[in-house]
Amino acid sequence: MAKDIYETPMLDELENGPWPSFVSGIKRLRDQHPDQRIQGMANSLLGQLEHSYETRKGYWKGGTVSVFGYGGGIIPRFSEVGKAFPESKEFHTLRVQPPAGNYYTTDMLRQLADSWEKWGSGLVTFHGQTGNIMFIGTTTENTQHFFDEINDYGWDLGGAGPCVRTGMSCVGAARCEQSCCNEQAIHRSLLNRFTDDVHRPALPYKFKFKVSGCPNDCMNSIERSDFAIIGTWRDDMKVDQSEVKEFIKAKGRQYVIDNVVTRCPTNCMSLKDDDTLDIDNRNCVRCMHCLNVMNKALSPGDDRGVTVLIGGKRTLKIGDLMGTVVVPFKKLETQEDYDSLVEMGENIIDFWAENGLEHERCGEMIERIGLVNFLEGIGVDVDPHMISSPRQSSYVRMDGWDEEAEKWFQRKLEEKQQAAG
Amino acid sequence: MSMADMRQPIESGCPDGFQYMHPAMRRNYGLWRYHEHPRPGVLRHVAHGGDEIWTVKAGTQRILDVFTLRKLCEIGDKYADGYVRFTIRSNIEYMVTDPSKVEPLVKALEDAGFIVGGTANSLSMISHTQGWLHCDIPGTDASGVVKAMMDELIDEFKNCNMPNRVHMTTSCCQINCGGQGDIAINVQHTKPPKINHDQVANVCERPSVVARCPVAAIRPALVDGKPSLEVDEKKCICCGACYPPCPPMQINDPEHTKLAIWVGGNHSNARGKPTFQKLVAAGIPNNPPRWPEATAIVKRILQAYKDDARDWERINDWIERIGWPRFFEKTGLPFTKYHVDNWRGARNSLNASTHIRF
Repeated sequence: MAKDIYETPMLDELENGPWPSFVSGIKRLRDQHPDQRIQGMANSLLGQLEHSYETRKGYWKGGTVSVFGYGGGIIPRFSEVGKAFPESKEFHTLRVQPPAGNYYTTDMLRQLADSWEKWGSGLVTFHGQTGNIMFIGTTTENTQHFFDEINDYGWDLGGAGPCVRTGMSCVGAARCEQSCCNEQAIHRSLLNRFTDDVHRPALPYKFKFKVSGCPNDCMNSIERSDFAIIGTWRDDMKVDQSEVKEFIKAKGRQYVIDNVVTRCPTNCMSLKDDDTLDIDNRNCVRCMHCLNVMNKALSPGDDRGVTVLIGGKRTLKIGDLMGTVVVPFKKLETQEDYDSLVEMGENIIDFWAENGLEHERCGEMIERIGLVNFLEGIGVDVDPHMISSPRQSSYVRMDGWDEEAEKWFQRKLEEKQQAAG
Repeated sequence: MSMADMRQPIESGCPDGFQYMHPAMRRNYGLWRYHEHPRPGVLRHVAHGGDEIWTVKAGTQRILDVFTLRKLCEIGDKYADGYVRFTIRSNIEYMVTDPSKVEPLVKALEDAGFIVGGTANSLSMISHTQGWLHCDIPGTDASGVVKAMMDELIDEFKNCNMPNRVHMTTSCCQINCGGQGDIAINVQHTKPPKINHDQVANVCERPSVVARCPVAAIRPALVDGKPSLEVDEKKCICCGACYPPCPPMQINDPEHTKLAIWVGGNHSNARGKPTFQKLVAAGIPNNPPRWPEATAIVKRILQAYKDDARDWERINDWIERIGWPRFFEKTGLPFTKYHVDNWRGARNSLNASTHIRF
């Protein structure tokens, strides 16, 4: 037991109720942990947190802490009330990159717990909002020791600051029938090409990659990543008509009409008199709704690839932006396919690093310079899949029209020739 | 220690995930055929070759102490196969191939105080940020708000009574690290920053603070002979964007830092295109330790959604069908001038039609 325990009447209220309590967890470290250092840190942390609850203010400030050879990856925290709560006056977080899909063995989690207990506070989160394992609370000195220890057995720091950030991927092909791509390969190909940009912040602002295996986009990649990679398919969806009949038998015809057919955003489904489903695949936008409802009967097609959207982000500075389609469809089968995806990442990051203003996300730069200038900068041709509608305003100079139209016809001709082999 | 003695980092980056996957998942990578949902908190995935894997999902306190982490591992070894993963909302998932392991695993988790659920059309764990526990700019706590709310919403986590899944988030400042959600509870500042002019010159890079302001309300100024910054309080939108690069521009205030509630953020492309969340309630007191006022409004919104939405409608789908006037009517929340957007692109949110429900 720590000698002088801070009273925590407000935090104690968070030990009531049925949901697991983080306050009880920190108290366990304070009261039951064999190491006095951890007891003291937990006690001090609770004291400061109670002070925050009483005064409704935060008391941490940032600073500059990293490990040897890197410039980022640590969230430094120094207490502004360290005199009153000295044992947690340095309380830095290490951001550590998890594997794509957040898989662990219990053995590995235990090994990480052992290392963290040796050097840190004993508090950890799986995972922070950027996707890192957050090892919360250690001193400047122990930051290096903990990193050295876990880095030796395969773990590396994630991003913090204006840099490429830790990526996120969904559960993916490992356990989901909707997955249309190899999230593990995409995630590691991209992230591990940019380790230098993860560890040494030198970009205009943060840059995030997120991978979702299908358009359900469980990683929220369109809304919150600069570079969203989403699995999709371009041939017909697969329909197992006998399973359609089974589904109708179980749920009723009306359920299928009300919850499947009429919910299709492009009205491309029709339920036939013989209880089979007819699908207008040319007009299917791969929204996933019908596949979600009837996942045994309906499945993605076989000609699979990814859609890439660029420029998603949250509020700061100009307001929320969704990502914009920059690659409508891309096969990812051969090494060259993956290399060209990575190359696109390089081109985009290079262009943005050169043209983005300080603290300007990639999507904000696109908003400022226009999508066409961005596409020209990264060497990608315009495509009608990139827009919801053509321009509405006539205020535009178009004296290059004939050349641009010629480029389109030339591209279409080349596509046709390529398709013909 | 001299530089020469320092250990060079191994820049291994993101580790290989396959080494940590359950063998049945490695074996069937990309070969899954369908899944079923036998009960809340449990999923059964079946592969084309006939293999199956059962997943048990449980909610945790997210800020884990090593005792809790070891407890989760112990349960994984004794009742599961030693493989776990975490969802984006910090739920833990255990995977087993033997269906007879499922019920004992569920029981072991529940006996240890974890909450089994969070699958399909339930309310999943609230994804949240660091708050007073660790952030340098928080207007509120995150873990505390979430703990207090999940205590009240626990039945919606354990059961699947919602029309579709409900994703909730909280954020401790307007940067909104918690992200989009069907329901988001976010800090909203209501007064301009209070500036400590003695510190600005020492702590802040003034031009970059000026550049950070979304409405150009900050300008360099000499205050009492010292270089500092001043805020045009008529222009200031109280967003707090100047505070991270310049802590002497204190935006957090025990009284005037409030909570706001936003609804209808939806990441999925299912049915409609992804949507951002919209403001529905504000001026909610930041009231630790249990924030009862915020929870009461969340419960009211959830109840209206549960009563009125059709199967598979997310909150945004539901509101799109019934219209915003009906949403305010059904939830009893006031509609004010603050709900009418005036930021760039705002005209797109105005009704330029005679489409009106009576």
